[in-house]
Amino acid sequence: MLSRDEDILKAAEDWRKAGRGVALATVVETWGSAPRPVGSNLVIDGEGNFLGSVSGGCVEGAVVTEAIDVIDSGKPKMLEFGVADETAWNVGLSCGGTIRVYVEKVG
Amino acid sequence: MKLEILNALNAERAARRAVVVVTDVASGEQRLVKAADAAKDPLGELLEKRLRMAKSGMEETAQGKVFLTVHVPSPQLVIIGAVHISQVLGPIAKLLDYDVTIVDPRTAFASAERFPDVKVVAEWPDVALPPLNVDHYTAFVAVTHDPKIDDPALIHALERDCYYIGALGSRKTHGRRLERLKAAGVREDQLSRIHAPIGLNIGAVSPAEIAVSIMAEITQRLRQKVDKAEAA
Repeated sequence: MLSRDEDILKAAEDWRKAGRGVALATVVETWGSAPRPVGSNLVIDGEGNFLGSVSGGCVEGAVVTEAIDVIDSGKPKMLEFGVADETAWNVGLSCGGTIRVYVEKVG
Repeated sequence: MKLEILNALNAERAARRAVVVVTDVASGEQRLVKAADAAKDPLGELLEKRLRMAKSGMEETAQGKVFLTVHVPSPQLVIIGAVHISQVLGPIAKLLDYDVTIVDPRTAFASAERFPDVKVVAEWPDVALPPLNVDHYTAFVAVTHDPKIDDPALIHALERDCYYIGALGSRKTHGRRLERLKAAGVREDQLSRIHAPIGLNIGAVSPAEIAVSIMAEITQRLRQKVDKAEAA
């Protein structure tokens, strides 16, 4: 089962070593009821393949899109998702919490 | 994250050693601090506290905002006794992402046919346990009912400071076990760390139900603060 953090981080290393562009997204802060705890990881490659989760599936799509930017630019980004967010209707957390996700390039 | 850091991080995790990655949120600067080096780090106290709690999080420091990603070894479960309960407990624990090993020197019990999906070691605890790196991130369960097998295993688990130690048997059986362990030199405060009768009291009857109650108690011990778990 490829769901544990260490498997996710191992995949990040393996993907990078195989020459793929890789970004690592980490939940760094949560408020209210958040689906995944602080420290949860999502690893993304330049083609949008991903492993792990930073929410219950609510915002992964948006994180993947941002991660591809981060892979291109090499500059880390801090993303915030929540019901107060203007994009809540598109990519918000249905559980009503807010999360902050740090996205960085691996390499 | 630099590939060298990721590399070192994965190596430490594979060796079941705790580490913290310190990320300066403003600059993206990162460093990896091994648990053994935490005390001499500028953020030593903070890192040690986080390692104890096994909890990642944001911290305000004199140098600005940092995110501390705490990586502790994934929990492992060691089961002494390849018995009926273990046939259910092993697969449940695997579903919960534990590394599971079952130890039983009785080859009739410790067979691959009885445990198709779980690692089984058909050796006595003194041979089987040292290579398993039993540590603070290990839950340890003794369910053979045989003191010759359970007792030395429990002593090993106490020495290695497992976060959960449980032993099968009624209060009477456990009373006799405590006498034996005391005679073997185990301290009183250590003895009280053994959960017996094993498992949360959910009225479990069948081996499968007992496995559920054991896994629930292990989870409680992992996730709840000690005082809260004690009160339950």
